[in-house]
Amino acid sequence: MQNDSAVESSFDLAPVAEIVASHAPFSEGDIIGALQDVQDRYGYLARPVVDELARLSGLPVAKFYGVATFYAQFHLKPHGKHTVRVCRGTACHVRGSPKIMDAVVRRLGIEDGATTPDRLFSLETVACLGTCFLSPVMLVDSRYFGNLTPDQAVKVLDNMGAKRAGQGTTHQEGTPTCPS
Amino acid sequence: MVRLTIDRRAIEAQPGQTIMQAAQDNGIQIPHLCHEPRLIPTGACRLCQVHVGALDRPPVLACATPVSEGIEVVTESPELAARRKLILELLLSEHRVACTTCDADGECVLQDLAYRYDAREWTYGTFPHSEPVPLNYTSENRAIEYDLEKCVRCGRCVRFCDEVQGACALTFDSRGIGARINTAYGRPLHQSDCELCGGCVRVCPTGAMREKAARGLGRRKDLTRVRTTCTYCGVGCTMELNVNPRLNRIARVTTEPGMGSNDGNLCVKGHFAFDFVNSPERLTKPLIRENGSFREAGWQEAIARASQGLAAARDQYGPEGLAFLSSARCTNEENYLMQKLARMAGKTNNVDQCATTCHAPTVAGLALSLGSGAMTNAIGEIKNVQTLFLIGANPTEAHPIVGLEMKKAMRKGARLIVCDPRDTWMARHAQIHIKHRPGTDNMLVNAMMNHILAANLHDQAFVAERCERFDALCENVKDYTVARAAEVCGVDAELIRRAAEWYAKGAPSAIFYTLGITEHTCGTENVQNLANLAMLCGQIGKESSGINPIRGQNNVQGACDMGAINTVLTGYQKVSDEAVRAKFAKAWGGALPANPGGRVTDFIEKAEAGELKAFYVLGEDPVLSEPNQAKVIESLKKLDFLVVQEIFMTETAKLADVILPATCFAEKDGTFTNTERRVQRVRKAVEPPGEARPDWRILCDMSTAMGYPMNYVGASEIFDEIAALTPSFGGISYERIDKLGLQWPCPTRDHPGTGFLHKGRFTRGKGLMHAIRHRPPAEEPDAAYPFMLSTGRTLYHYNIGNMTRKTASIAQKQNENFVELHRLDAERLGIADGGLARVSTRRGSLVIRAHVGDKVRPGGLWMPFHFVESVTNKLTNDAFDNITRTAEYKCCAARIEDAGAPRA
Repeated sequence: MQNDSAVESSFDLAPVAEIVASHAPFSEGDIIGALQDVQDRYGYLARPVVDELARLSGLPVAKFYGVATFYAQFHLKPHGKHTVRVCRGTACHVRGSPKIMDAVVRRLGIEDGATTPDRLFSLETVACLGTCFLSPVMLVDSRYFGNLTPDQAVKVLDNMGAKRAGQGTTHQEGTPTCPS
Repeated sequence: MVRLTIDRRAIEAQPGQTIMQAAQDNGIQIPHLCHEPRLIPTGACRLCQVHVGALDRPPVLACATPVSEGIEVVTESPELAARRKLILELLLSEHRVACTTCDADGECVLQDLAYRYDAREWTYGTFPHSEPVPLNYTSENRAIEYDLEKCVRCGRCVRFCDEVQGACALTFDSRGIGARINTAYGRPLHQSDCELCGGCVRVCPTGAMREKAARGLGRRKDLTRVRTTCTYCGVGCTMELNVNPRLNRIARVTTEPGMGSNDGNLCVKGHFAFDFVNSPERLTKPLIRENGSFREAGWQEAIARASQGLAAARDQYGPEGLAFLSSARCTNEENYLMQKLARMAGKTNNVDQCATTCHAPTVAGLALSLGSGAMTNAIGEIKNVQTLFLIGANPTEAHPIVGLEMKKAMRKGARLIVCDPRDTWMARHAQIHIKHRPGTDNMLVNAMMNHILAANLHDQAFVAERCERFDALCENVKDYTVARAAEVCGVDAELIRRAAEWYAKGAPSAIFYTLGITEHTCGTENVQNLANLAMLCGQIGKESSGINPIRGQNNVQGACDMGAINTVLTGYQKVSDEAVRAKFAKAWGGALPANPGGRVTDFIEKAEAGELKAFYVLGEDPVLSEPNQAKVIESLKKLDFLVVQEIFMTETAKLADVILPATCFAEKDGTFTNTERRVQRVRKAVEPPGEARPDWRILCDMSTAMGYPMNYVGASEIFDEIAALTPSFGGISYERIDKLGLQWPCPTRDHPGTGFLHKGRFTRGKGLMHAIRHRPPAEEPDAAYPFMLSTGRTLYHYNIGNMTRKTASIAQKQNENFVELHRLDAERLGIADGGLARVSTRRGSLVIRAHVGDKVRPGGLWMPFHFVESVTNKLTNDAFDNITRTAEYKCCAARIEDAGAPRA
């Protein structure tokens, strides 16, 4: 419920003022956009950051919190650098998504909804990514990986982790296209 | 009007009303959980489905469907019953059905509806429940408990907190099956934006939100509801004390929309601060001082001793040898008896009450200008004010329910102008905030009038027809240019101009002020000048337009009305008026005293000078409430004889020769008069502790023992005597105010009471304009004491705190004195937020917690005065208003320095 206060005190709150200014005049209609901006900047909606957002915008912090907890896109806890979303839609399911999920869970060592201790990956499932022609599919950040086998899924994650060492990987960016 | 039928009954409704509102207005109850008359409909619970037209058409939601001409509404059918049962059974499948141990048993809407529609909790299986209740944002809070598993997610609490209270501390956390009520980030309630108004508890339809302190004190069937008037502040909220007669305890406090001017709302004090009634610190036996300490005594001995002490001073020293301090906390009946006792048994006009400490300048100033010293509008008119002009008033803290009415006006689009040296809630939400230097109010108001005249915005017809001495006013304000005021007040000239224009043009505008205006050496002049402003713009004598002092203590209006003032008898009939004297002499069976008498501040000075020998204090604690405490104590110690009638051992009582244990508002019958002049019933709910007696009975015994017999069978008989002697109260009786109070003037039995004053004609005939010069405060900052200190009230405490501080949930929210200072000053002086600071004036010094921020101006300090262990009035200046002798609590020169480390 509450985050470590030592972590919280280390936030640079200056960017919050810029975010609020970019929405001026701030009204309740700006809550979602401002929360998105804050999450983009800080990775997640940390309490002191949202407190500052409320203070500067003049709106009650409870309004921000209500919106933040309503939408799945917002994170209240520190989030991984990469978000892995495994599709569990019907098409993916019949083409083996449970096995993909099992492999990803084993590789990352975390359950659905959790973040790896090194904060590199957060794992989520989604009801449908809307790309059934790629099934079974997994979305990592904004990259779609389709027609997966469990091994390929693990390799994608390995490559993401290995990227720091300069290794590349094949992936599709943005709007998915059907692999030929 | 829209005509429709509900269950075949012909109904007339207002256009735009919902079917639910039309039904409720006509006493037809449509089942619902989420609907609440004060809240915007959300249609969440789906229980209010009704048929409109043919029964086979899909039902509509009564709470979200507006009425239309000719519709036929059916609220019950087998189809509707089946739908409601389904909804209820789904709710019950998630609900902790623990009615046997639930405090809400018998007043739970879910329980009632489940019974009515035969809904079972096991139809859809039951969720596993956790025991004990899982930790949440209320776990550490002492006031309120939230039980998620009893919550039906109707959202009433969240919407109330947002739409009515405006605190917005609560929200829905998450959605779907995981949805629950929470504060932001689950902060403990007392650390959130919560103002502890208790509104969430009052609107909760189940047992999900309850008062922790009421746990186990009784269910609905164990409790008796006694309708009475709140004992805190002058708003005079109508409330019901829920009493368990078996325990002789107030279990909780409730109120309903439509019950009084508060319309179902209460503040933290009205909802929670009643632990003092049952406090073990209550005085239960008369006490007599003997050899420097108190011993218990019987009533007979105590009355004999007390009356002899007073009579001896009277007989030996005459009318100036003794004085009586009546109490704004006591009823009208008791104030009436106290001044009667002073005048007939004490044979002196030396009678006063705490209005001198607060609103005496109002009573005097408005009487001089308009002829009547009271709030000119009714509380219910506030929501229709278009331009709210607040000066020296902090209603969201000092008069929270008036604050809620102002919030209603703001939601309807009212413009808000706040003149206050401090960033109050209202100031932060105002379109114009004039943050002027303390003590520059007349400079500001004169400059506003200067601008209004220059711009020709004054109401010429109103001034010509209804006012006199307009020329003197014009001549006077010539010198007060906006530019000069901007410099003296330390604010932007443009703000002054705009405020003046908005106020003059408002349709309508109303002035609201409190002690920021009166507690100055120029308090009465401040009040007269606001009356000038209202008259100049013709913004008075109309609905929702006038000049509105919001009175401080619960019955300070009544204490003044009852003649507990040296110069007037009941209803402000002048003591000096021969016809009035003759009337009272006849009714009271003896001549009235002729001495001029004085104010409480005079009493203290005369005690100091050795002229006043005996003093009878009823329900007040001047040692804490009067300025310059050291001097007050020294003065009271010089008295030959001091009687204190109290419910607690106050600081003043500690100096007494005899202490008479009295009763609080919950233990006696009577009436209080609120700030809008409404006379309202106070009813006995519990038995007093020990041998404590109702004040009116003690006063009768005292008077009789002093040689002037008084004998009444009850409060009602006293009230009838008041009504017979007081033209403005002539039409009021207990019978007429049984349900809802009446606003004076109410001269005859068939008079409906008076909502707003001065319609068509001022009470004194023509409104008298006064030429008011700006006078600086008695003490201004200098090199040795470079800061300007003001004192005031907070939301959580009342007066000297001896009642509110007995409640644990309030102590958790605010339990120590503090000083607010500006962050620039704090940085310069090395004072940390939360650290200790020493505040000193020429009269004394205190070490208290520093609250650093930007609420006050640089160079300003602000402190509350509720804390007996840290007496702010050690610092305040005993300089007084030249007319009413009210002290200048709002201005004194002070020094502040760092005194220690920040809070661990």
